[in-house]
Amino acid sequence: MSLLDLILEPLAYDFMVRAIATTVVAAVVCAVLSCWLVLIGWSLMGDAVSHSVLPGVVIAYAIGAPFAAGALVFGVLAVALIGVIRATSRVKEDAAMGIVFTTLFALGVVLISVMPSQTDLMHIIFGNILGISPSEMLQIVVLAAVALTILLAKRRDFTLFAFDPSHAHAIGLSPRFLGGLLLGTLALTAVVALQVVGVVLVIALLIIPGATAYLLTDRFSTMLVIAPIMSALSSVVGIYLSYWLDASSGGLVVVVQGVVFGLVYLLSPRHGLVGKRLQARRYARMSPATPAA
Amino acid sequence: MNAAIELQDIAVRYGEHVALDGVNLSIDQGLVTALIGMNGSGKSTLFKTIMGLVKPERGTTTLAGGDPDTARKTGRVAYVPQGEEVDWQFPVSVREVVMMGRYGHQGFTRRPSKADHDAVDHALHRVELTELAKRQIGQLSGGQRKRAFVARAIAQGADIVLLDEPFAGVDKRLEGALVSLLRELAGEGKTIVVSTHDLQSLPALADRAVLLLRRVLFHGLVKDALVPEQLTRAFGLDVGDAP
Repeated sequence: MSLLDLILEPLAYDFMVRAIATTVVAAVVCAVLSCWLVLIGWSLMGDAVSHSVLPGVVIAYAIGAPFAAGALVFGVLAVALIGVIRATSRVKEDAAMGIVFTTLFALGVVLISVMPSQTDLMHIIFGNILGISPSEMLQIVVLAAVALTILLAKRRDFTLFAFDPSHAHAIGLSPRFLGGLLLGTLALTAVVALQVVGVVLVIALLIIPGATAYLLTDRFSTMLVIAPIMSALSSVVGIYLSYWLDASSGGLVVVVQGVVFGLVYLLSPRHGLVGKRLQARRYARMSPATPAA
Repeated sequence: MNAAIELQDIAVRYGEHVALDGVNLSIDQGLVTALIGMNGSGKSTLFKTIMGLVKPERGTTTLAGGDPDTARKTGRVAYVPQGEEVDWQFPVSVREVVMMGRYGHQGFTRRPSKADHDAVDHALHRVELTELAKRQIGQLSGGQRKRAFVARAIAQGADIVLLDEPFAGVDKRLEGALVSLLRELAGEGKTIVVSTHDLQSLPALADRAVLLLRRVLFHGLVKDALVPEQLTRAFGLDVGDAP
């Protein structure tokens, strides 16, 4: 079988076309968001919010409301609870996050277990990209478009918020509002991604692309280009591998992302392990330890 | 002379700890004023109060003759953060940092206009960083980093510039460039407030000194502040040991 056949054969199936299209959409919006998350140091917050939306999605499913509405409510609830616990007790923020998101996630699992139709909802935990329906795909694309529009329209404000919130405040912007908007967008994005890779693996799409791009460039605008491209390509490769290996698609999407990060970590010209070693050696040669008298 | 910053009976408390207790201070426009005190004297809290980042328990703040929120929204206040508050690995260039000073002048998406680019060019030229504008911010030396943030304040067009410990991590020999830049800005009518515990550079830098220990112990000419009895009160130690 030729390479072309390997690429084209899966595309004969509608479900594969939908899977690839949806995954690319989710990967792109997550990757754009991840650029800010890794710089602010909100990776754990991303994890917390993406897990906490589960009960919201389940309740929305039960009452026939849009998933995004339920997710947004519980995403906001999670952030508020974390803030309250941190501010009003001696428990530190990471512990507060751990308590809130595991509890809400567990609540979601409990709700799923008492639902009449469990199969659809189990897909939310582990993802079911190959079984995505056209209407679900439409919902994902709309949400992704909303999230991406917010992120790109306010990208300079978010970058200022990430870099220097004091200055944002000094010029009359509200760091609280910008942080809240970013977290709200995170909740929306979590809904997009959880239908692709599942709640458990969403965090991978929300951290790895930004971290990978950060190792490749010193310009934020370049990160915003590298991260989505790399994430989209990795995701497509992951889907193809899952087709040919007949293995978990969500799992392979994330594994490929991780492998790409690993390669960049080692080989990135400026910030990679090998590159830094070479640079250090070059400096050592340029300035010898014992200067000539 | 007009007061650029007026604080009346400011008190700030963090739980049990009293950080500021009845601060009355009127800082004149067009001068460099140094805020001096030891660690824990309330310097940072005072800055945060002026910035509106800390809500005082009591007291009022007036900036540029009016309401602090209005002063901030109209871009009249600029803040140069302490070195340790900044993530120097952050992927922004010097130019992008300076451009952040223009955000208050820009529309919803902060797309820079010709006027914004011109203001940034001018500010970079002013602090002599034009050549280094494309560098990532962390690839500057300590003194250059401070100047980049001062350029941001210039691009912003702020009349009040607050600098938190600007000489920490700056090479002593290069401090002069920053000092003369701040003097120039004050000469143009801008109000410069510097928090510092570096007493040696004080006479060259500041017109006025404020000694702070939870409240204002002294406010006046620098030479009158640098006398043993004042320093002993502010630092609670002999001048020979003063930093």
